[in-house]
Amino acid sequence: MMNGLERHAAFSAWVFLTPALLLIAVFFFLPVLAALLLSFTDFDIYALGDLNRLRFVGFNNYLHLLQSPLFWTAIGNTFYFVILGGPLSVAVSLGAALLVNARLTRFPGLFRTAFFLPVVTTLVAVAVVWRYLYHPRYGLLNYGLSLAGIEPIDWLGDPDWAMPAIILMAVWKNFGFNMIIFIAGLQNIPPQLYEAARIDGAQAWAQFRHITLPLLGPTFLFVALMTMIGYFQVFAEPYVMTQGGPANRTLSIVLLMYEEGFRWWNMGYASAAAFILFVLILAGTVLQLKLRRRASS
Amino acid sequence: MNRFMRSFFPALALYGLLIFGLLLTLTPLWWMIAASLMPSGEANSVPPRLWPSTVTFEHYTALFTRLDLARYLLNSALLAGAVTAISLFINSMAGYAFAKFRFQGRDPLFQGLLGALVIPAQVAMLPLFLLLKQFGLINTYWGVIVPGMASIFGIFLIRQYLLAIPDSLLDAARMDGAGEFRIYWSLVLPLCRPILVTLAIFTFMGAWNDFMWPLIVLTDSSLYTLPVALANLLGEHVQDTEMMMAGSVLTVLPVMLLFVVLQKYYIAGIMLGGMKG
Repeated sequence: MMNGLERHAAFSAWVFLTPALLLIAVFFFLPVLAALLLSFTDFDIYALGDLNRLRFVGFNNYLHLLQSPLFWTAIGNTFYFVILGGPLSVAVSLGAALLVNARLTRFPGLFRTAFFLPVVTTLVAVAVVWRYLYHPRYGLLNYGLSLAGIEPIDWLGDPDWAMPAIILMAVWKNFGFNMIIFIAGLQNIPPQLYEAARIDGAQAWAQFRHITLPLLGPTFLFVALMTMIGYFQVFAEPYVMTQGGPANRTLSIVLLMYEEGFRWWNMGYASAAAFILFVLILAGTVLQLKLRRRASS
Repeated sequence: MNRFMRSFFPALALYGLLIFGLLLTLTPLWWMIAASLMPSGEANSVPPRLWPSTVTFEHYTALFTRLDLARYLLNSALLAGAVTAISLFINSMAGYAFAKFRFQGRDPLFQGLLGALVIPAQVAMLPLFLLLKQFGLINTYWGVIVPGMASIFGIFLIRQYLLAIPDSLLDAARMDGAGEFRIYWSLVLPLCRPILVTLAIFTFMGAWNDFMWPLIVLTDSSLYTLPVALANLLGEHVQDTEMMMAGSVLTVLPVMLLFVVLQKYYIAGIMLGGMKG
């Protein structure tokens, strides 16, 4: 039985919650559900003008997507970005965190701030900057490589180099964020563990392998998950730098969804693509959690 | 000697790597600023220049006089400011309710909200566009603001922070007969100040840097935010390297200054958000 005070508290709580819950329900949960429904219809530019033209088409959109070579290209490109870019980004973040957090490093705050700066920049603006850095003739990157005797590369124009170029730029932009989380994780490791290891004569690598890595486990999982979820949604980099080209080699799933949905107004078809992305992210999340559980048991 | 050598080489390697990393991280930003101040054409020279031969602000002037950049700056500031103010108010109320009230269904509701964080925002975008079109909000400021007015992450952050604050403070105020909204407004909000600052920076930067949703909602160029305007400008002015860099500097600089001034709060927020794992 609730007494008056508790009932009053519950009432107040719901009053405080209502605006947020209402907004999230109407502008997030409802659209997500609607997207699922939409993905089973042929919603296109005609339906946009006249809803009577809307028809239920079952799994047709999904079947068309799975039969479309362009969609498989987008899936392949997105996986390329996630599988190469994700681990690279996490590795660079961990490396930077270890360097900044090292005992010998003076002014760690200075390095931390500098490494973090790209994170707070506007993605579109720095993607524009990198477009020029990647210029085959005038770009700073090719100039730097030429000093090391490397022939100029047409970074964004060569189908084989465009995606690596986008990955490089994304890692530069993002690594500082995970670095901060890794630094926090490193500082949570009791220093006595390292002292004991040193007394036992363990070298730096052994300390890293047997103390740092295992104790960073939970941080690692969190960082890997967040990075993967974010990288699956890659959009602005190819939109600004390559428009999905050359030869569709940087077309991502979200870019395909945007083009289909908001340029050609094939909203049913685009919704199906969005849902496949969601399923992929969900599967990736479950897989990582499973792997982690197996590793720790 | 031996001892000196033993700490000298690791230190050398360490600083070598740190400075190499520093160069890689800062060179693109440095070049962006340098190129924006170069006379036309100088950013496309072989070998590339890292320093303008003469400093000129002509590209900044051109952006403001010929290309309406002030308008985009204002749009960005207005939209990011509105999203921040409104969402801070709404998220803090909800975070407070989750942290400090006991009611039926509280924990499953909160868990459900957190679970929804794995749903990518893009899934909602197509129906959201249709919904806002029904409301007549497409191609208006509100079309950008409304979906950002409440956020699960914001609610989570406030709740985490408030959990650490003892209930006795609030109970004392209740004993004194203060109304619930008064307690929230004049006791809880001041207590939350540090986390509110953190969340304000996150939200402001997120809204300022956001690209995809404003790109979809805003079709009239007089409503464009800076990132949308910049991407659009690239189509016509891709040859004007120096001017594009000036536009990039103006887009990046406000949020970067905000970060440098308030980085203590920003870093604290990442820690709090990252600790849930």
